[in-house]
Amino acid sequence: MAAPLLEARALTKTYGHVQALRGANFSAYAGEVVALIGDNGAGKSTLVKCLSGTEQPDGGEIRFEDRPVWMETPADAQRLGIEAVYQDLALAADLDPAANLFLGRELRRGGILGWLGVLDTRRMRERSTAAFAELGIELPDVSTPVSALSGGQRQSVAVARSVAWASKVVFMDEPTAALGVVQRERVLDVIRRVRDRGIAVVLISHNMPEVLAVSDRVEVLRLGRRVARFKTADASLDDLVAAMTGALEAEGDAA
Amino acid sequence: MSQTTTPTTSPASPETPSAHRGRRRHPSLASRLATANVFWIFAVLVALVVFFTAMEPNFANPLNIRSIAADNSALLVLAVGMTFVIITAGIDLSIGSVLIFSGVVAAKVMLALGSDPSDPSAGATDAGWGVIGIGILAGLVAGLSWGLVNGFLVAKARIPPLIATLGTLGMALGASYLITGGTDVRGLPTRFASTIGFGLLFGVVPWLVVIAAVVALGLGLVLAYTQFGRHTYAIGSNPEAARRVGIRVERHLVKVYALMGLLAGLAGVMSLAHFSTTTISGHSADNLAAIAAVVLGGTSLFGGIGTMAGSVIGVLIPAVMQSGFVTIGVNPYWQNVAVGAVLVAAVYLDQVRRRERHSPK
Repeated sequence: MAAPLLEARALTKTYGHVQALRGANFSAYAGEVVALIGDNGAGKSTLVKCLSGTEQPDGGEIRFEDRPVWMETPADAQRLGIEAVYQDLALAADLDPAANLFLGRELRRGGILGWLGVLDTRRMRERSTAAFAELGIELPDVSTPVSALSGGQRQSVAVARSVAWASKVVFMDEPTAALGVVQRERVLDVIRRVRDRGIAVVLISHNMPEVLAVSDRVEVLRLGRRVARFKTADASLDDLVAAMTGALEAEGDAA
Repeated sequence: MSQTTTPTTSPASPETPSAHRGRRRHPSLASRLATANVFWIFAVLVALVVFFTAMEPNFANPLNIRSIAADNSALLVLAVGMTFVIITAGIDLSIGSVLIFSGVVAAKVMLALGSDPSDPSAGATDAGWGVIGIGILAGLVAGLSWGLVNGFLVAKARIPPLIATLGTLGMALGASYLITGGTDVRGLPTRFASTIGFGLLFGVVPWLVVIAAVVALGLGLVLAYTQFGRHTYAIGSNPEAARRVGIRVERHLVKVYALMGLLAGLAGVMSLAHFSTTTISGHSADNLAAIAAVVLGGTSLFGGIGTMAGSVIGVLIPAVMQSGFVTIGVNPYWQNVAVGAVLVAAVYLDQVRRRERHSPK
């Protein structure tokens, strides 16, 4: 296999007395869905935060396109084409879906108005409507605040935002957690469609049937380290659970 | 609206869903207005004006309206800044003290530059526009400086805004007393008071009102239509979300508090011109008046929601009540009671709305 698109080598991260990452490895390849699984406290969220620029590791190395990178802020990660959908959504509930889609990347009007910082609200609404339609997301009105949407609709907006901007890697932390059956299927479809564009999708999930259904590979974290890697086609539910609980260790410290 | 497009369809007809969706995509102006907070508080303002005019026709006298507007111009400028601050889910208690401090600095600078060395007791009453301009600038810089201090304390040192600005409230007020020795500065340039203080544009509109209106309109447009405004809402709505999309939250907060300080400085200059002296003991309730106006105007104390139009109306409601009670012969202190009660009710309704939103759907 070629070098990974995004790779973590021996990352460490400590919060006070808690060692969240103890030399964690991870790799994601272009055009695949890789599931990142592990029990609560295994370090999944911390690893994702480090790889998306929200947190910085204390030690180890992050490599992107086979070069070491240092991401000080999420904006640095975004410049590389790395986006994330977080478990807690991270939408501004008082703003409408279009404003959320373009949050931090607002389009300005042309000419002197743009120089003054005046927003091109109409163009952002049009483009948002198109982006939502492309992913099959139906919203009642792109100009009502996100707070007026249902849980599933909010989730859809969050997913659509990251997908709209990701050109290389997108992290999805429990993207289907709050969804009903139909919406869950729709998000999984979106994940496959994004992968088919050649983007690396990193899926963090507790839902093992979902992991087996949509991922190409699985990487397992336990106590801040990667303990196993599977090709999904070769793995069973029992294998995944065994690796998560420590009954099976398919990988030493070297990787 | 749906009646005009599908006048005869029953609820079961196949056209109904699309007609329904069409209506939700394009809410009519009337339905938007009916749900907008601003509309309701504007209705309250109109009702008050109608009521007082019915009780005492003299209330609608242009002179009375002009004096209500002029007396509340400085407060409006404060409320404009406070709207930004509260939309970020912050608060600034220091504005009354910063207003006084800025007025003191402006007055002292005008006196220092404009008084005749051979006759210092005459003050700077004859000083020209150069001296006045430098004095105004000094006042604005003084306000901006306190705003920057507040911004750094809140955004960088992460001191809760309530405490940070309570601290600067004390510091700015104490500094004003130290500079003046506790007595108001007098002997200001007469040209300053007779133009900005109580001069009229075209002989009709007080300059104070013109300044306040330009500030409210300009910054209202900034809030509603620019990236700066959008980020202000986003930070108040969910600072973590703003941070994750790359908005520089701390830097933006410093700018918002700095803007508040600058506007408090401007209000200080306006007050100085209006009263021809530094009213150092007269602004202890300005912070609460500005906060009350902004919250009455529909801005949420929890951040993320608010409009400039609402804040303007929120300044005018207590002002109209105060003047109206005097006009119809009711003890004007009832205004404080009424505004206090309405304020509590407004925050209660905001709480209820928030709770509904956070309940699962």
